[in-house]
Amino acid sequence: MRYLPLTAADRRSMLDAIGVKSVDDLYRDVPQAARRDGLVDLPLSASEMEVERRIAKLAAKNLTAATAPMFCGAGVYRHHVPAAVDAMIQRGEFLTSYTPYQPEVAQGTLQYLFEFQTQVALITGMEVANASLYDAATGTSEAIAMAARVTRRTKALISGGVHPHYSETSEASLRYTGLEIETLAPDPLGTEDLLGRLSPDLACVVVQNPSFFGRLNDLKVLADSCHEMGILLVVVVTEPVSLGLVASPGEMGADIVVVEGQSLGIGMNFGGPGLGLFATRDKFLRQMPGRLTGQTVDQDGKRGWVLTLSTREQHIRREKATSNICTNSGLCALAFSIHMTMLGETGFTALAELNHARAVELADKVGAIKGIKVLNDAFFNEFAVTVPGSAAELVEKLAAKGILGGVPASRLYPTWPELDNVLLLAATETNSDEDLDALVSALKELV
Amino acid sequence: MTTISGNRGPLIEEPLIFEQATPGRCGVDWEKPAAYEDRLGGLRKKGKIGLPDIAEPTVIRHYTRLSQKNVGIDTVFYPLGSCTMKYNPRLNEKTARLPGLSQAHPFQPVSTVQGALELMDQCAHWLKVLTGMPAVAMSPAAGAHGEFCGLMAIRAAIEARGEGDKRLKVLVPESAHGTNPASAAICGFSVESIPANDRGRVDLAALKAKLGPDVAAVMVTNPNTCGLFEDEVLEISKAVHDAGAYFYCDGANYNAIVGRVRIADLGVDAMHINLHKTFSTPHGGGGPGAGPTVLSEALAPFAPVPYVVHDDKGFRLVEHAHESEGKPCGRLKGFHGQFGVMVRALSYMMALGADGLRQCAEDAVLNANYLLAQLKDELTPSFEGPCMHEALFDDRFLKDTGVTTLDFAKALIDEGFHPMTMYFPLVVHGALLMEPTETESKATLDKFVASVKGLARQAKEGNSADAFKAAPIYAPRRRLDETAAARTPVLRWKDQAAE
Repeated sequence: MRYLPLTAADRRSMLDAIGVKSVDDLYRDVPQAARRDGLVDLPLSASEMEVERRIAKLAAKNLTAATAPMFCGAGVYRHHVPAAVDAMIQRGEFLTSYTPYQPEVAQGTLQYLFEFQTQVALITGMEVANASLYDAATGTSEAIAMAARVTRRTKALISGGVHPHYSETSEASLRYTGLEIETLAPDPLGTEDLLGRLSPDLACVVVQNPSFFGRLNDLKVLADSCHEMGILLVVVVTEPVSLGLVASPGEMGADIVVVEGQSLGIGMNFGGPGLGLFATRDKFLRQMPGRLTGQTVDQDGKRGWVLTLSTREQHIRREKATSNICTNSGLCALAFSIHMTMLGETGFTALAELNHARAVELADKVGAIKGIKVLNDAFFNEFAVTVPGSAAELVEKLAAKGILGGVPASRLYPTWPELDNVLLLAATETNSDEDLDALVSALKELV
Repeated sequence: MTTISGNRGPLIEEPLIFEQATPGRCGVDWEKPAAYEDRLGGLRKKGKIGLPDIAEPTVIRHYTRLSQKNVGIDTVFYPLGSCTMKYNPRLNEKTARLPGLSQAHPFQPVSTVQGALELMDQCAHWLKVLTGMPAVAMSPAAGAHGEFCGLMAIRAAIEARGEGDKRLKVLVPESAHGTNPASAAICGFSVESIPANDRGRVDLAALKAKLGPDVAAVMVTNPNTCGLFEDEVLEISKAVHDAGAYFYCDGANYNAIVGRVRIADLGVDAMHINLHKTFSTPHGGGGPGAGPTVLSEALAPFAPVPYVVHDDKGFRLVEHAHESEGKPCGRLKGFHGQFGVMVRALSYMMALGADGLRQCAEDAVLNANYLLAQLKDELTPSFEGPCMHEALFDDRFLKDTGVTTLDFAKALIDEGFHPMTMYFPLVVHGALLMEPTETESKATLDKFVASVKGLARQAKEGNSADAFKAAPIYAPRRRLDETAAARTPVLRWKDQAAE
């Protein structure tokens, strides 16, 4: 077995050194009734070539953006990831290291996390960011719990423009924490009245910008109104590339910002792993969940980094911790950070402009098709349209033509028949002119 | 002696990226879009973000240099107890990057992603057959998230029995990972600690005394964090079930028993499996991991969405609670779970197969017992062997030497090893927990043993405390001031010139 260095002779001599006859003797504490002789009913070991063949066979059954024009978004976006990103994250010193518990031999991880925290704070317009959470869905849940700790209030209001996976994850994850969460009805037209629903017993209001349906909103008035009542404004962002072009949540008055980092560096991977970016104001630092990297000096006075403020965390505080989270998404944070470094200010803003321009072009072309109506007047790289009949059926017909033509709202909102004709379309820098033409001509034929 | 540059040969002092900006340079080339009218609703960003512009070669050099300040399994022996730092096969990186998998979008029509769903189903199948458990929730993102998932299912099951406001207590051994009580707390349970007996196992009598109609679950790590198999596990699970509670097993140490013990035979109701430990997916400096959670018949109906089902029409996803035949505890994560991690774990399981996985467990246990045997006279083992996959020592061997567990660990860094886990579990004083894993050769273990024994002798000979306190000397950094970091937190770079 190629992954196992011990030879039969090694095993024999080691058993002798231990003073037992066989490896069975080492399992003598396992009760007889729980011991298994023989092998489980699964295939036997296989060569590298054979495993690759089996997995490739599964991969070949999928139609993906690798070959098909793809316009799906709804929280996961396809972007070009520079080759340098993948080359760097596959260095074994990054890939095969653990959480940096021994900082003297983990300065690489700690320094990139410090740089990552800085990048996240900058793009969100916030003062401080942590070293990441699992994804933005769990991050939203953590943000609500944090707002409740900060305000000592127990109610939260989630806008109908928030990704339904984020609100569902929050509702389920916080069900037994004594918090009362109200999620508003899906809001494709941006007509919900959040201001009218504010009350001084709310810990936080959660909004998404751009919304799940692609709508861009000015949050300043909402932020001011929240703050007058001591409510924290939690802003969720599913598309971090938007932060290169749109006013940041921090500028608009957010108190906690949660961003899904998948767009940069990570790839789609059928939706996981993701990367939860989490940023807030300095004054709320001690209520923050997750790992934090801080600057310090070593015995020789040289600058270095360590994990810090860990008295918030489960390995110290156990049941009194701010969260049960133990890991972050280290390697995803690294991929995100390298991609951001490659882009820099110039590349990041240019990428965002390119995405928006592509989406504007798509909206104009699709909106010109008889029977299709674009619902958003302001958006970034994704927008909602209504189509005649079922959007889900239309998407199936597009798939039959080899086009992955967006996400029908009913996929996420199956119990809202009024959304059956709503389709979400996203365009990024990866969509070519040919992709747009293919979608537009197929839609003309099918609608 | 210091160099003029501050560098030490090829070990380069690397500034932050923010200190290396070369305005006018850029690591990517994007075309400019043709003139158009934006549709941002007046929300166009004003002012700069403050990100540094850097050309591609500088970026590559930066991250390469940072990597050289890290150690990983690829560079050193990394016997970090409870973390299972085994070799991460590169094949798994290759399969995870197949465009037919990595370029799949989670909301494509299911008709276009039958291969991805089949892969999730196969990964689930392997985990179910290995553990003998009837169901598995694939969506948890990590071990702690899997604990949370299992406890959510338990809470839902108890509510379905009409005992939701009666059973609000979870019992956790004092040797448990900190995540256990933290996960129980966010499920709204109160936590009570169970003491360990003098053999490093759960004190069965103490557990029984705490069991009652107010207990929802008992969480036991098995093999436990002392590296020992809970030899009274059948009595424990029976007592738990007799009291009407559920038995949660923390599967962090599952690597020791894969293929040799069926989890179902232990009376377990829920157990998370750390794919990044037992099934070799890279730890990546702290994630991403995955924590699929196997469930008993009693808990299976309460598994969270989404999950994959297979019928005559092929594979499909149950993404919403109302579409389920069971009573799901809801959705605990975005999309469909850590798919990329599942691809790696399945590749690993396929490579090893039923025979190789069992051999892994045996070699992991053999390696740990070999360390225990080689070190038991020089160090002080906390409990009688045999151990499972990790060997636990305490700091009695350092008594009166002036050297602490921390000092000892730092000295091992200079010897070219990543230290063992220190000060965990909390049930022994100054713990040193060594988990060699099955992917280490006898030659590596022998070198490690020589260093550990040598250091122990140096400590005991006396007059070496100062040398130990000075370690590490040869690492990229010497000991870092953690107190100062916490007292005045500096958590991001700031442009001094601009302030």
